[in-house]
This record gives sequence, structure tokens and C-alpha cells, in this order.
Amino acid sequence: MVTWSGLLSNAAPKLFQIFAVLAIFFGIYAAAFAYGARIKGKSQSKIALVIFLVPALILAMTGLGIPAIQTIMESFKNADSSKWVGFKNYAVAFQDPEIVRTFINTFAWVIISPVIVTALGLTLATMLNKMKREALAKTLIFMPMAISFVGGSLIWKFVYGYNDPGTPQTGLVGQILTWLHIDPPHLLLWSPWNNGLLMIVYIWGFTGFAMVILSAAIKGIPAEIEEAAQLDGATGIKMFRTITVPMVRNTIIVVLTTAMVGTLKLFDVIHTMTGGNFKTDVLSNRMFDENFVYLNYGRGASLAVLIFLGVIPITYYNIRSLRAERKR
Amino acid sequence: MKKSIKLTVVASIVALSATMFSATSAKAADCGDYSQFGKLSGQTVKIFAGIRDPEATVMTKIFAHFTACTGIKIAYEGTDQFETLLPVRVKGGNAPDIAIIPQPGLVATMVATGKAVPVSAKVLANINKYYNPAWKSFTTVDGKVYGAPFGASSKSLVWYSPAQFKKLGVTIPTTWAQMDAIAAKFKAAGVTPWCAGIESGAATGWPSTDWIEEMALRELGPDKYNMWWQGKLKFSSPEMQGVMAKVQAWVGTQAQVGNLQSVATRKFQDAGVPGLKDGTCGMLQQASFYSSMFPAGTTFGADKDANAFYLPPTNTKFGNPIEGAGEFPVAFNSNVATQRVTDYLSSPVYATERAKAGGWTSANSGVPLSAYTDPVLKVVAQSLQAKKGAIVFDASDLMPTAVNGAFWKEMTKFYAEGKSMKDVAAAIDANW
Repeated sequence: MVTWSGLLSNAAPKLFQIFAVLAIFFGIYAAAFAYGARIKGKSQSKIALVIFLVPALILAMTGLGIPAIQTIMESFKNADSSKWVGFKNYAVAFQDPEIVRTFINTFAWVIISPVIVTALGLTLATMLNKMKREALAKTLIFMPMAISFVGGSLIWKFVYGYNDPGTPQTGLVGQILTWLHIDPPHLLLWSPWNNGLLMIVYIWGFTGFAMVILSAAIKGIPAEIEEAAQLDGATGIKMFRTITVPMVRNTIIVVLTTAMVGTLKLFDVIHTMTGGNFKTDVLSNRMFDENFVYLNYGRGASLAVLIFLGVIPITYYNIRSLRAERKR
Repeated sequence: MKKSIKLTVVASIVALSATMFSATSAKAADCGDYSQFGKLSGQTVKIFAGIRDPEATVMTKIFAHFTACTGIKIAYEGTDQFETLLPVRVKGGNAPDIAIIPQPGLVATMVATGKAVPVSAKVLANINKYYNPAWKSFTTVDGKVYGAPFGASSKSLVWYSPAQFKKLGVTIPTTWAQMDAIAAKFKAAGVTPWCAGIESGAATGWPSTDWIEEMALRELGPDKYNMWWQGKLKFSSPEMQGVMAKVQAWVGTQAQVGNLQSVATRKFQDAGVPGLKDGTCGMLQQASFYSSMFPAGTTFGADKDANAFYLPPTNTKFGNPIEGAGEFPVAFNSNVATQRVTDYLSSPVYATERAKAGGWTSANSGVPLSAYTDPVLKVVAQSLQAKKGAIVFDASDLMPTAVNGAFWKEMTKFYAEGKSMKDVAAAIDANW
């Protein structure tokens, strides 16, 4: 039981510390700006540059740079970071059949689910465009996005839930199959298809986002171009293929890469639904387990580095294609 | 200048409301047994643990009694992420004053950080006076004791429905053979003899590790059991393979527990409820805390809705060994206030009051058995209070965390994927 008095007596000194630090921070900054405003002439722009960049750099270093370097260093150390072990953690990662399985699953996730999410989002965005009650349909499809993946996963766990045939079914799928006189299967144990069932949860949650972004891009296509295409005789599929897709190509790439990075670090769905059991483990869940369940910080860090390495090519592709587009 | 005025105003409002709230929580109380803990004002001891509501509310109410009598405030914080957060906090220099740790392995990890401090002389005296010596061994690292047991429970229990037993015309078994005969009768009556479910989120599989432990303790005895969790006796050794084969025959076949895959996905909480009452399964091996899984209003006792008996030994070589579990308050400083709270927690004063509140057992022999109103808990407390006899701790909780994790996961594979016990053993051994 947390009492108010306990909470307040604990929080008061901390709040005070926060206020004090903020006051000092703003004080220093006010002084720096006052000083910067007085300087005239050539050195002005250089000093302005320093004043604006340094705090951002400091924050980026403490928030991102130093932890990243620490993680990389830890990945070359043993379980409690007391000894250097070279590439042993990485060697284990590529040899342990359990972890190799997580690579395969993660790869499947990163390829399959973003493609489906994007394709589905694009289809929905095109079909719903200029439809009657478009806003209502979009709201319904977007709704899962407002539920956290943990909540969504718990809901879907009930959908897939298993009860022995002949007993009352709590799972939606099980009940429907029972009505059809089919014995309900153990959906979450149904390897390797259970990975696909977990992907459905992600697709259910993320398609709304893809649809909204793509829909905005579709609405941004100039009306003249659409009209010109219609005058030239383009309709339906042809219109979609030759006008819509090329015109929103940039947005498709953004949605696709966002979803890819999202699936690469996807953790909540797996953790909530199977805990990585039944051959459904992925890299980020395994990283959590290694770090916080097995307390093997070295191996956890090495998996974190591998995830980071996996994000790089996707981000690189994203930036490169956006740049190429801008040049055109 | 303006800023500082505002700050003082905020601070004084905070201080004012703090005094108002604490003033209402103080109450007159009977302080007879509490005089031994002295008086000390203006001190707050932070306790961090994995104990959550409704248990936490009961506990903090008793703490309020302590505060009213001694003036030492106890700020309790409970979380279901305790095992994850404690190492992070201690590593980050933000250790609580006391952490109530349920695994001896985690106690050892905390001792290794250099931040945990050994128990005071008074706590040590309490341990020696009131507990079976086995309990002390669980928190002894390099000859120093780091915690007295707080709550304790027995895992060596079998839950059953007295009505179902009556229907079959059987009574509580005292040997494994008698228990097997009851299982056979259940089977003949078309009932799955054993209830089983091992799903538990990220820790899925742990109930099945208990089965292996119970069997290892009974078949190999406490000495080999201890060698096993210390890593000196491998899972692949002939002894442990024999144990695992026996577990498979007991709760690892379709005939004994029903569909094995269902065992892997059934929540451990749902394993015996409502199965025991409805007569779809006969018996459930589960720790004493399982009493809280029964629906509200369930009565316990030999002629009531549900009851439990001691999981009998398979042979006569080792008597009636118990697999127990417990939580250990470990201090992270030796402030006077912290020491007085640890004294208090290790004394019969807290344990008696907590036992009276129900749903909790202690291994403290200073607690009169009459404090336990629940007949099942009375049975458990009586066996835990015994100063002699083998009490061993949950072996998987004593193993290194990596091995423990592999133990759960591999046992889950035995049920979910049909992996053989031999392959399960080899995969767990690879983590030592």
C-alpha cells in the first residue's frame, strides 16, 4: 500500500532536485545567450553554432552515444561483465540452435509482416479513398493502433486460446471450429505457422497506421494528373499501377522501412503471447531474456548489437531512396 | 528571487500535506511485544519486494502497527518485475534499505555486488532459536548469513477434492504406492488422475521443474539433491535420468495428465480449478500458495471443498523430506532503523501477527500453531516448523539463472514439442 504521506515525503526532495537542476540549466543558458547576443562581427556565427550545438551534442552523447559504446563493450565481456571474452558471445549466438532459431524467425518477421502491412494499408487507402463514410471506416481500422501491443496481444491470446475438445471453449477460433464440428487445434503450438499467427497481431495493430499515412499521400496526388490519366483511358488496376503507386512511392518506402525497423525490435507481442516458447522466439525478446531473466549481460548486449547492425541497412536504404527521389 | 519564493511555497505545501496524511494514519495500538524494537523517530526504511496486493495490503497494515509503536516508518514498494528491477537498482546505486528476495541465488548475486550486508547479531540469534538449521544455509555466503526467512511455504503438497476421494472410497495416501493406486482408481473411473498446467507467461514451465525436484529429493535424497543444483550431478547423469523417467511415468503421459500439449498451454493457476471440484482430474501437485487460486468461499479441510496432503515419499530411505520455499529480507545498509526492521521481520512478533491475518505460513517455530486458522496452512506450518528433518529449497531457484531459465524452457518443450527427457537434459546441461 502506497500512502500519500510516503509518496510525498519520497518525492519532495527529488522534485526539488529536478527543479534545481532545471534552474541551473536555464541560468547557464540565459547567461550564454546574453553573452552571445553581445558579440558582433565575424565570430558571431561560429559562437552561435557552438551555443546551439553543444547541448544537443551533450544530450545525444549521454543519451545515445555512451550507452551504445557501453553496450558494444559489454558484448565482448562475460555474463557479469567482469572479464573480456572476445567474440565468444557472437560465436555462441551463431551456434546455439535456440538463438539461430530466433534469427530465422526475426528474418521472417522483418520480411513478411512489413510487406503485408504496407500492401494491406495501400489497398485499404486506395479503396476507401473518396468512399462514402470514409472517416468511419478509417477510424475503425485505425482503432487497434490506440491499443498497446501488450493489450492487443492479451486480446489475441484469448482469440487463439485452447481448451480440450468437448469442454467449453474460451478461444474464439476454437469456438468457431467447434461449431463447424472440427476439433480445435493448439494454435499457439502449431509450429512454424504460429509465427504467422503472431504476425497477424502485429498486422492488425499496425495496418491502420500504414493506411492513414498512405491515404494522406494518395490525397496529395494532384487532381490534374488523375484527370489526365482518366482522359487517356486509365481506370481501376491500371490507374493504381501507373499513377497511384509511382506517385506515393516515397511514402511506401517510409512506411515499409518504419514497419521493418518496428518488427526488428518487436518484443511485446512475443513476450506476451508465447514468452518465446514454441519456436516463436525473436531477437529482441531473446535479448530481454538474456539480459533480465538469465542475467547474462554479455550475451544480451551482443544480441542488441546484432539488432543494431540489422537496422543499419534498412535505414541506409530508406535514406538513399529518399535522397534519390529528391534529386530527381 | 521570485523563483526561490515559489519553490519555498511548493515545498511547504508538500511538507504540510505530508504531515496531514501521516497524522491520520497513526493510531493507538497495543505495543507490548514491540518494546524490544525501541523507539526512533524521523526514520523511514524502504522495503522493496515482489509481494503485491492483496498480500501487500495485509502486510503494510501490520507494518503500520510497528510504526505506531516504534516510530520507524516503513515505505513498502512491491512490483511484479522485482527480479528484473532489483539488480538494476543495486547496480545503479539506488538500492532499497531492505529487499525481500525469494531466491537464494539472487541473494548470492546481491552479495557478490558488495552492497548487501550480513544480518545483525540479533537476527542471527532469532534464526538459531526459531528455525530449522536448513533455512540458515540458504542465505549463507562465504560463512556469513545474509537473511532470515520471512514467509515460507511447502511445495511438497498434493491438492484434492475430499468429495471426489469419498466417491472413490479412498483416503489420504502416506506412500507413493498408495497414491499410485488412487491414480489408477481415478483412471478406471474415467477421470484423468493428475491435474497439470505449466503456462506462466515468461516463466512458463516452472511447475514442471518442481515435479523433477520433488522426485529427485525422494529418489536421491537431500545430499545428492544439493549436488544436483550445485551442478555436480548433471541432468544427463544416470541418477537424474532415472528421476526424469519416473517423472515422465508420473505426470508426463497422456494417460496420467491428458493431452501433453494442453499441459504446456494451460495456466498453472487453472490447473486444478475447476478440474478438481468438477471431477475432470483427480489430484494436483502444487505448493501451499495454491489455496489462493480456489474461488472465494471455498472451504479447506478433510471434509470440506478442498484439501491437501503431503506428497508421500517413494521409499523409506530419506524419511519425509520437504521441498520448501521462502523469502529472505536482505539489508543493504546497517543503519539502526534498518537493523530494527530486520530484527522485527525475523522475530515471532511479525510472523504471529501475519499468520493470524491468514493466507501465509512461516517456518518460525515461535509462532503458535493456533495462529493458523486454515487447516491446510496449519499442516504446512507444522511441517515447516520442524527443527529436524530435511528441508531443501527449490532447486531450480538455486541454480544459476541461465540454467534455471533453460530448465523451464526445456521442460516446456517436453510437453509442447514432444522433446525426449534425454534431449531435454542435454540441452539444460549445456548451460552450466
